[in-house]
Amino acid sequence: MPIRRAVGRNVLRKEGHEKVTGLARYIDDIRFKDVLYVRTIRSTVAAGEIADINYHFDRTGFTVIDYRDIPGRNIVALIDEDQPCLATTRVRHIAEPILLLAHSDRTRLAAAEVAITYRETTPNFDPERSTLSFKTIAIEKGQLDRGMAEADVVVDGEYRAGHQEQLYIEPNGVVAVPENGGVTLYGSLQCPYYVHRALTVLLNLPAEKVRVIQTETGGGFGGKEEYPSMIAGHAALMAMKSGRPAKLIYDRVEDMLATTKRHPAIVRHRTGVKKDGRLTAMEIDVVLDGGAYATLSAVVLSRGMIHASGPYRCDHVRARGRATMTNTPPNGAFRGFGAPQTQFAIEAHMDVIADRLGIDPLRLRERNALRPGDTTATGQKVGKDCSALQVLREAGRRTSFSKKRKTFKGSNRGIGLSLFFHGSGFTGGGEVKLASKASLALTERGVQIRVASTEIGQGTRTMHAQIVAETLGIPYDQVDVSIADTATVPDSGPTVASRTCMIVGRLLERCAEEMRGRLGRNTPAAYFKKHGGFVVTKQYEKPPGLEWDDETYRGDAYGSYGWACDVVEVEVDPITYQATPVAFTTVHEIGCAIHPMLAAGQIEGGSSQGLGYALLEEVVMRGGKMANAQLTNYIIPTTLDTPPMTTKILENPYKHGPFGAKGVGEMPIDGPAPAVVNALRHAGVVVSEIPATPEKIMKAML
Amino acid sequence: MKVTVNRKTVTVKAHPLTRLLDVLREECGLTGTKEGCGEGECGACTVLVDGEAVNSCLVPVAQVKGTRITTIEGLGGSHPLQRAFVEHGGAQCGICTPGMIMAATALGPRPSLDEIRTGLAGNLCRCTGYAAIYRSVQRATKR
Amino acid sequence: MQGTIAGRELLQPRSLGDAVKMLRDEGPLVPLAGCTDLYVALNFGTLRPTRFLNLWNLDALRGIETRGNALRIGALTTYTEIMKSAAIRRRLPMLAAAAREIGGVQIQNRGTIGGNVANASPAGDTLPVLLAADAVVVLRHAAGTRRVPMTSFYTGYRQSVARLDELIVGFEIPPVRGRQWFRKVGTRAAQAIAKIVVAGVWDTVRGEARPRLAMGSVAPTPLRLSQTERALGSGASLADAQQIVQREIAPIDDLRSTAEYRRQVAANLVGQFYGEARKR
Repeated sequence: MPIRRAVGRNVLRKEGHEKVTGLARYIDDIRFKDVLYVRTIRSTVAAGEIADINYHFDRTGFTVIDYRDIPGRNIVALIDEDQPCLATTRVRHIAEPILLLAHSDRTRLAAAEVAITYRETTPNFDPERSTLSFKTIAIEKGQLDRGMAEADVVVDGEYRAGHQEQLYIEPNGVVAVPENGGVTLYGSLQCPYYVHRALTVLLNLPAEKVRVIQTETGGGFGGKEEYPSMIAGHAALMAMKSGRPAKLIYDRVEDMLATTKRHPAIVRHRTGVKKDGRLTAMEIDVVLDGGAYATLSAVVLSRGMIHASGPYRCDHVRARGRATMTNTPPNGAFRGFGAPQTQFAIEAHMDVIADRLGIDPLRLRERNALRPGDTTATGQKVGKDCSALQVLREAGRRTSFSKKRKTFKGSNRGIGLSLFFHGSGFTGGGEVKLASKASLALTERGVQIRVASTEIGQGTRTMHAQIVAETLGIPYDQVDVSIADTATVPDSGPTVASRTCMIVGRLLERCAEEMRGRLGRNTPAAYFKKHGGFVVTKQYEKPPGLEWDDETYRGDAYGSYGWACDVVEVEVDPITYQATPVAFTTVHEIGCAIHPMLAAGQIEGGSSQGLGYALLEEVVMRGGKMANAQLTNYIIPTTLDTPPMTTKILENPYKHGPFGAKGVGEMPIDGPAPAVVNALRHAGVVVSEIPATPEKIMKAML
Repeated sequence: MKVTVNRKTVTVKAHPLTRLLDVLREECGLTGTKEGCGEGECGACTVLVDGEAVNSCLVPVAQVKGTRITTIEGLGGSHPLQRAFVEHGGAQCGICTPGMIMAATALGPRPSLDEIRTGLAGNLCRCTGYAAIYRSVQRATKR
Repeated sequence: MQGTIAGRELLQPRSLGDAVKMLRDEGPLVPLAGCTDLYVALNFGTLRPTRFLNLWNLDALRGIETRGNALRIGALTTYTEIMKSAAIRRRLPMLAAAAREIGGVQIQNRGTIGGNVANASPAGDTLPVLLAADAVVVLRHAAGTRRVPMTSFYTGYRQSVARLDELIVGFEIPPVRGRQWFRKVGTRAAQAIAKIVVAGVWDTVRGEARPRLAMGSVAPTPLRLSQTERALGSGASLADAQQIVQREIAPIDDLRSTAEYRRQVAANLVGQFYGEARKR
């Protein structure tokens, strides 16, 4: 192991001091002069035409905006162009934005009454009954019929997962300031350039007239990937029309009612297996509920489908999926992005198979786990950095899994495991299309990182600075990170898809390599004194040998995968049917832990969200509306709901990642739900739907 | 109405029913205390009133007349808990951190792990899974 | 959208006498104790009342003491004070157990037992305790004091016999004989609203079992389960008593749980009470 000065060390978080002293400034902390507060008037019906709008208040001092005020195109520019920024004549979901009101007096703003009448049409809330698919995907490997014919046993299963709310503790919020003939948008967001593009389209402004600046962001988890384009559009419209700064911060209820959530999923498996446990054929069907507009459903489905067959080798796979439209608030990005849903299904199904064959679940996975040289369902040959067996065996050993499978039998305690993987970066040709850039500047003050990647808690600033410091051979403290401001940073792509280290970090590594070459023996300060400053910019280059076909959905879906195994022990209370996770162990292989403590933080945090997904977090939808849109009633884990967690990180380097690093941000959330369901099965409780609430457990037990 | 905030006397002009949270953030300009939910569930708004942790989003300012209030800004910046939260990963996105640290100051000296978990049960964190928060508190409170 | 303060009024009595006079002469006024319930409604913009009476400084409403036989708990006693009180831990441990299960530390420091009773939620965690303990609610108005047994206090969903010009000033608990038992089943391990909450006492009078049992979140008001008590006390089988409790309660489906779950768990909890509270 090389001795390193920055990479591999737990250096202090760049903005740590600010965060523990109250100095860090989130969007609601920043004071803007002459500000107008904005309120969104939203649909109260799930489907219908707007018949009439009546304003029952004195409009003095108010600015009112409807779709006719939009200077550019009335869309939230993302992938499809189906979602209006403000509804025109029809609405497709409850909480769809229709009007914007603004006033400098918050009391008057809150008191303003707007009465909207609708001609309601019949909404559809059933994703399987929907007549509109945003996207369909088919993955075909080998010949399914042949594989089924080879099987000794065929095992069927159906698995369901509900919505999940990201529940960043800081709600969505932005402030738009009209200036320079355009607008500057400050806000809590993950992807400044997504917002930038959306605003140029909405406002019909050239790129240089729109500036987006990310403020310190209190959590994102995907919930601030695409949604901010909507809220920023609203604030910007108000700023442009009124000529004043427009502040739009959601309270928790509005945030939960109106913004995106994880796509609910129905996944069906039909699997052919040999008596010895070897998978011969996998037939998988996936339905995702996209909500009323497409947003990112196509990509969520894509990632979900590619991970649907799990980290296993199987010669014959047919996986079909569709993301459909329902009259509910649009669903969108949430950590894992389709993979938690489909890996929940395959991993729960594996234990059904293990039961049917009378095989230990760990042995079943050992038999089928991908090994270097095997191919995935899309035909990608996994390389030496495939660590499925290592994480499985390490987790099994550390938890005495097989022994406890025997000793817990007949008690209220169960032990379950899940084996999972997660591709880093955008799928297939996505990174090529993004063509991300990163810059490294030598200035009077030293070395400065300029990327559009955002710090949202995961440690972006810190980790990027470590990579640069190590490569340049200078102290970590001497590397500065620019604010994510579209006026000063290039488009490094969105802060999503577990790509911030592996893709953007690698770009910075290349920048630093070039800078080091130019500096020669000089320190940055010495060089600047002699020659002045310079900026190095690097753009994404696809690693050689990666091939992907979007038409056939075959080839190398991701540059690299992380690999992980979770083991959870759950105790079921026979009196209340509550399931309590009492021990949690996870082994994650991530290539290289640039900052071991931050990596463990991602694993522990993502695992905790996964446990919430498994047991606690239920979005109750009634008539297309989230009925429990309050923290009192949407339950995330407290300290007392979270078991002690043991985390082990393994490193099996990826050749094209910075210092061998793969992604780590999302993978942790893929594993806990099936591990919990498998532990419940071990304790005698068979559930195939999450969250596995006490009410569902009771039904399974009685 | 007079109240002491971080050892300084403040004359509060706001309506007596104004939430303490808003008085701190707007009238006093102390934006370190955060609003995460407005219903006393997340604890991001935790401050100390006469040494006791409360959710400032649920306190009318009239009811803290004459009391001593401590917010995150009143810890000085190099309190052992503040240093520990940076050094041991207790803060990720940081939005729960001020409330979490204030609740932690009310835990008393050398709390056991059980006492830490119970004492912080009113503070939600979505980023850390709490493990690093326990480690930070334990490091800060060991002698 | 947050509710606004503008147009709302807060009266600040300097004494209990002041307070009840204001209730009589300047009503309608909603009394404010720790505000852990009321301010949620204000924050959500669903708080309709506009005129309030601040009780927080009235020390006459605080204090825990023994008066004669009775344990007297002031209405403004917080859950933290309840948990710390040696007298309560000795005489009414099920109340301390209930206080421990309410919210987190922040709520416990501000929430009061008087507020819990006045708020009149069927899910209030201390309410089954007070019912099972045969507590007496002490109410004060300008002309005097009256006492109402807790078992007669609630008349319907969020309704009680307390008049608009009356204040709950405290609770008197007679000596509780027998083993006390409490269990709350929340939506999660902390900071949770009860899906079902039970308090019970296994009392014996001259060798005969006289259990007292009360339950919350299973009816429009917290319930004293007299039929189930009679069954348990008369020596009926546990299975019979469990059938009776399922008929005695009237749970509903709501955001947090189902009637079916509440019925089944109520029966299970009666069984757990029966098994644990009778131990010596």
